[in-house]
Amino acid sequence: MTPSEVKRVGILAIQGDVEAHAAAIERVGAVPVPVLREKHLDEVDALVLPGGESTTIAKGLERLGLYEPLRAFGDSGRPLLGTCAGAILLSRVAENHPVETLGLIDAVAVRNAYGTQVDSFAAPADADSANGFAGLRCVFIRAPQLRDLSPEVEVLARVDGAPVLVRQGRVLACTFHPELGDDSRVHALLLGSVA
Amino acid sequence: MTQKKSGNGAGRTTAEAFEIKVGLAEMLKGGVIMDVTTPEQAKIAEDAGAAAVMALERVPSDIRRDGGVARMSAVSMIEAIQKSVSIPVMAKIRIGHIVEAQLLEVLGVDFIDESEVLTPADDQHHVDKHAFKSPFVCGCRDLGEALRRIGEGAAMIRTKGEAGSGNIVEAVRHLRQVNGDIRAIQALLPEELMARAKQLGAPVDLVRFVHENGRLPVPNFAAGGVATPADAALCRTLGAEAVFVGSGIFKSDDPESRARAIVRANTHWEDPAEVLAASRGLGAAMPGIEMETLAESERLSNRGW
Repeated sequence: MTPSEVKRVGILAIQGDVEAHAAAIERVGAVPVPVLREKHLDEVDALVLPGGESTTIAKGLERLGLYEPLRAFGDSGRPLLGTCAGAILLSRVAENHPVETLGLIDAVAVRNAYGTQVDSFAAPADADSANGFAGLRCVFIRAPQLRDLSPEVEVLARVDGAPVLVRQGRVLACTFHPELGDDSRVHALLLGSVA
Repeated sequence: MTQKKSGNGAGRTTAEAFEIKVGLAEMLKGGVIMDVTTPEQAKIAEDAGAAAVMALERVPSDIRRDGGVARMSAVSMIEAIQKSVSIPVMAKIRIGHIVEAQLLEVLGVDFIDESEVLTPADDQHHVDKHAFKSPFVCGCRDLGEALRRIGEGAAMIRTKGEAGSGNIVEAVRHLRQVNGDIRAIQALLPEELMARAKQLGAPVDLVRFVHENGRLPVPNFAAGGVATPADAALCRTLGAEAVFVGSGIFKSDDPESRARAIVRANTHWEDPAEVLAASRGLGAAMPGIEMETLAESERLSNRGW
């Protein structure tokens, strides 16, 4: 693939804020592609697991037989980004109402770690966050937390000391919603790691 | 005590607080929200893939049958349902019942439905939803009603349809009406927006938003009369971004199968072969009501102003 070619970014379209991710992907100059079948994965350079309800999305992955194809996608070295519910699905294990996960980020995801919707909030990323992410406005909606990170997992941004954006190889997990609002830095990072 | 304090000290909604409310509505897109009356039903809904549950004492078809005053559900029932599932829990308040809304906010309910399915507490005014930290969803039949509710602070709009009827015709009417009204506004010239706002009884800034963006400023879901997987797919085909199912699941022969089937049809609404597969072997749907047999006074969708 030549560098000038427009990249195609898949969005898992079982349930969730697929449309918001599609807009963010278009803002960074790529083409969003809804993914519901294993064959759709062959047509994309990177994949987003959107925000939504992780239980609902997990049931869909099971019904559609997509767990193994998604693990293989991760192993193929193509980049992945999971936000909120997507981050839960990328983790090694989910706690507090467990769901089956993909194990592509070596960390524990604690679901609804901040509480119910009345505890949802927005906050800037801590000043010591990695290059370019300090001060990034992060919107948390019934958000999970990532804990027990293995040394392979790099923390790119924190809020109040808790990791909110992490990377392992070409897999990014984000406990907030970079797709809400118009800041495209996280999606640019995803696209930037397409080989 | 003044109205200002009605929302548990959250005060007026800032743009940021409103964004967080709408954020949860965004996360529910592409989902099915199911009415449940017990923790066991909530579990069945979650296991079937519901994106949220609506906790209520009686499903709309029973409210319709029993008559009398329908109120917010018992607190203990809502709490038991909150404990039983990890997905968001919604609950209904009577139109204009500020204190029922306060109670649900204290309970930490994820979304409050100010609903025409319950007996209205105020026959002229809806709740000032900006004053609350909890997000609200409200029903509508047309764009003017939708924008009035959003003007009051609703973070999600759904069609009213005709709850408890098992008949999709009203939801279809309301979806077509809202989307037709939106298309008509897009065709207007800027200087025509004020007169249209007056005609719709809607805030002009929201009419301007619709003119510029061709959509509501909050997610637009369907409700009222969904009984089959094909009904859910029809709502999505007509532009609804998610679907509420009330009596349609737990008043059918086989709620587990029907719940799974409606979730499947909703995910794959663009693929008729999938909707067909979801429609097989479900047993009988809930019994439906022909609209002509419902007197105007019996129509729940006429409540709200």
